[in-house]
Amino acid sequence: MTHEPNSPSGVPFAVTPDCEKVMAEVDSFLDQELTDSVRASIASHLESCSPCFEVFDFEAELRLVISTKTHTVEFPDTLRIRIEEKLTYLRIEGSGATESGGGGEPRREA
Amino acid sequence: MSRSGVRFSSRALMAEQHAFAEQAMEYMPQLYSTALRMTHNASDAEDLVQETYLKAYKGFAGFEQGTNLRAWMFRILTNTYINSYRSKKRRPEETELDDVEDFYLYRRMGGLEAVRASRSAEDELMDLFSDAEVQSAIDALPESYRLAILLSDVEGLSYKEIAEDLDIPIGTVMSRLHRGRKALQKQLHDYALARGLTDAVPEASLEAP
Repeated sequence: MTHEPNSPSGVPFAVTPDCEKVMAEVDSFLDQELTDSVRASIASHLESCSPCFEVFDFEAELRLVISTKTHTVEFPDTLRIRIEEKLTYLRIEGSGATESGGGGEPRREA
Repeated sequence: MSRSGVRFSSRALMAEQHAFAEQAMEYMPQLYSTALRMTHNASDAEDLVQETYLKAYKGFAGFEQGTNLRAWMFRILTNTYINSYRSKKRRPEETELDDVEDFYLYRRMGGLEAVRASRSAEDELMDLFSDAEVQSAIDALPESYRLAILLSDVEGLSYKEIAEDLDIPIGTVMSRLHRGRKALQKQLHDYALARGLTDAVPEASLEAP
């Protein structure tokens, strides 16, 4: 992790060496990319360190906000119908293509 | 996607493709919302999702049963976007992001929920930003960062899956996510500032706990 010039540790509060290690793993922790043992040791630190916990909590909530609010766009039902029609057409075309013996690819885009 | 040697016409494959059509339909709204953030355009997004399903249907023999169908669909979506939709337009400038400090938003807004301790941080942040603001903050990211953020933060794919989808090393995925998230936070903060929801925090107060 690169450290910002004005904030040598990159951590937004006064830290212990443990805090610094834990704060370097915010992304990996929230992205579920750590091994169980590393994950457990961070979780245990967070239980006893409220400044670190607050940062993790904030970042976790922010991700929830981003994911939730990106999925609020209205889905056009006409698209579902259109795709189902295309797939049905491909299926019919596929069964008709049996004799043509073309191998790997359907002959053309629907 | 089709493998050579696969008989498209075989009965078994057709049954599989039929199964695909049933299994994969549920992902359509998620694929569409991501497609919309990729293309910035409803009509392109619809075409992109449609093409994704057609490719997936034709290439279903290449899908390994028992693996993650959702991740597989997102891979096809991403590849289709990168290979066709992106190239349709002028090649987007790969702007480098300004260097933004870590925990940008937390440093400026992390205290908000403490002020109103009765409310959870989640409520605060959920209420603080509108759907349109979050969406346009994502749209504002340079493409390589935007794709990584969409696949990770919005769709929950793993680093490994994103690395495969974007054909980049895992370390690059991590750095794009890290920098992209900071830029996203800064953009969100700018929106909040513009609406007067939060005061600009003087630099000096940022360091103290």
